Amino acid sequence: MLSPEVYALLVKATLETLHMVAVSGALGTLAGLPLGVLLAVTGRGELLQNLAFNRVAGVVVNVTRSTPFIILVVAIIPFTRLVAGTSIGTAAAIVPLTVAAIPFIARIVEGAVREVDRGLIEAAQAMGATPFQIIVKVLLPEALPAIALGLTLAVVSLIGYSAMVGAVGGGGLGDLGIRYGYQRFLPEVMLAVVIVLVVLVQLVQSTGDRIARRVNKRNPTS
Amino acid sequence: MIKLQSIEKTYPARGGGAPVPALSGIDLTVGRGEIFGIIGRSGAGKSTLLRTINLLETPTAGRVLVDGVELTALPAAELRAARRSIGMIFQHFNLLSSRTVYDNVALPLELAGVRKAAIRQAVDPLLELVGLTDKRDRYPAELSGGQKQRVGIARALANGPKVLLSDEATSALDPETTGQILELLADINRRLSLTIVLITHEIAVIKEIGHRIAVLDGGRIVEKGAVFDVFAHPVHATTRGFVDPVVNRGLPDSLRHRLSPVPAPDANPVLRITFTGDRATSPVISMLSRKFNLDLNIWHGQVDEIQGSPFGTLVVEAVGTTTAIEAAISLLRVNNLGVEVIGHALPGSLRAAG
Repeated sequence: MLSPEVYALLVKATLETLHMVAVSGALGTLAGLPLGVLLAVTGRGELLQNLAFNRVAGVVVNVTRSTPFIILVVAIIPFTRLVAGTSIGTAAAIVPLTVAAIPFIARIVEGAVREVDRGLIEAAQAMGATPFQIIVKVLLPEALPAIALGLTLAVVSLIGYSAMVGAVGGGGLGDLGIRYGYQRFLPEVMLAVVIVLVVLVQLVQSTGDRIARRVNKRNPTS
Repeated sequence: MIKLQSIEKTYPARGGGAPVPALSGIDLTVGRGEIFGIIGRSGAGKSTLLRTINLLETPTAGRVLVDGVELTALPAAELRAARRSIGMIFQHFNLLSSRTVYDNVALPLELAGVRKAAIRQAVDPLLELVGLTDKRDRYPAELSGGQKQRVGIARALANGPKVLLSDEATSALDPETTGQILELLADINRRLSLTIVLITHEIAVIKEIGHRIAVLDGGRIVEKGAVFDVFAHPVHATTRGFVDPVVNRGLPDSLRHRLSPVPAPDANPVLRITFTGDRATSPVISMLSRKFNLDLNIWHGQVDEIQGSPFGTLVVEAVGTTTAIEAAISLLRVNNLGVEVIGHALPGSLRAAG
């Protein structure tokens, strides 16, 4: 089995991965959620139609989304240095992870909010609701099950991305797998890294599914 | 209570096409405490018209007044406040799936900034009014269609509105549930003297609870009046199309083909006599026979009831001199009975049989 040194490295790497995913996931949600709502409500014929904003935000989101993550990491190194003071290590890795998470989450939230029945918006308008009230009291609660599933997907993707930043010195499980498992040819380390990643993804997915089921009141049996 | 003045609504052109007119020249007054039904085929503009009343649809031209306030002149914030006194219910209920029955009914109060304790005091009696106290903490997905619409009604009443707009509220319900919901609406109308405007493509809905009716066709009001009058004497073809199936004024096919639209030699005129209200039972036929020496062959007759008032039609073939028939018609008219010549009996039809 794994030597105590390697085992300690594995624990450290797992914690680093969790740290990167948690922080970038939280920051990504913090920015991506409102951005997604704005994308949804500024579209043509929507609550707060603003086509100029919608188009510009859409293009920015698409540019980020279409850049392969590994390219994005390298491309924004100056920005990463500016924010984190360094381009190497866990703290630095959080910057590109967050930059990638924001548009990803924004699109997920946009889709979830757009799925909300227009009749509900109309009903709220008929009650004299302000656009802000409609967003907070109608759109977000009704979109919550879809948002929960989407955020789960985003976190799973972030776990994958976080392994990629390992390749450019970001720390975490990816870093461990590449440096020890691949470059030093320690197949048992590689296997351990893969197992931990699989377990992490499973845990995140099943937790996300459970939350989504709990907040979904559309199905009478749940 | 509600006044629509020369409302026009035109949707802007899409991709090179001409602008689409949805409503034109709508003038409508709905009295306080009235149940006003608007009927029309799909695409006639019913929905647009109803949504004009609370300005969910902004008219291209014209004025909307509700309870003396000109909604079309209000800035956005005041319009939102005004909307609180106009409840609305929908064909597909439009309840929030994420909220319980209680929380759905509480929503309009929350939006209006009412405090929690006051919300509770308002919501519980409303649930009782619509008979859903036992479903208080259920989610909409656990309710039947009729129960969902009851929640919709309770929610629409939460802010104590003066007007209730009903957008095909019973169209997604089965006939029995429809009856119960209509009963509830009529009850609310009486108890709270709430003005109700309902749009529907189901004439039976208006026949049951409506006081006045407007018929919409191609974005115009083609006929309006008291429900009884419009049902008894529909004028416009669209109105007849709606009214005929539920108030059988028409002739059975077997008799209709014996009618000729133009006078022919030897063809006797066929009259349709309409009896309304307390005249539905007056012995007019025997009186005409004696007075004008007429033979009246009864072709077809029936008595219906519109909102509790008897309404009868009698189709007779009049055999006698032209002067006698004309005198009989004018006597009927003087007595305020509806009478129209609907055709001429082809020779050898009923008389031979009789």
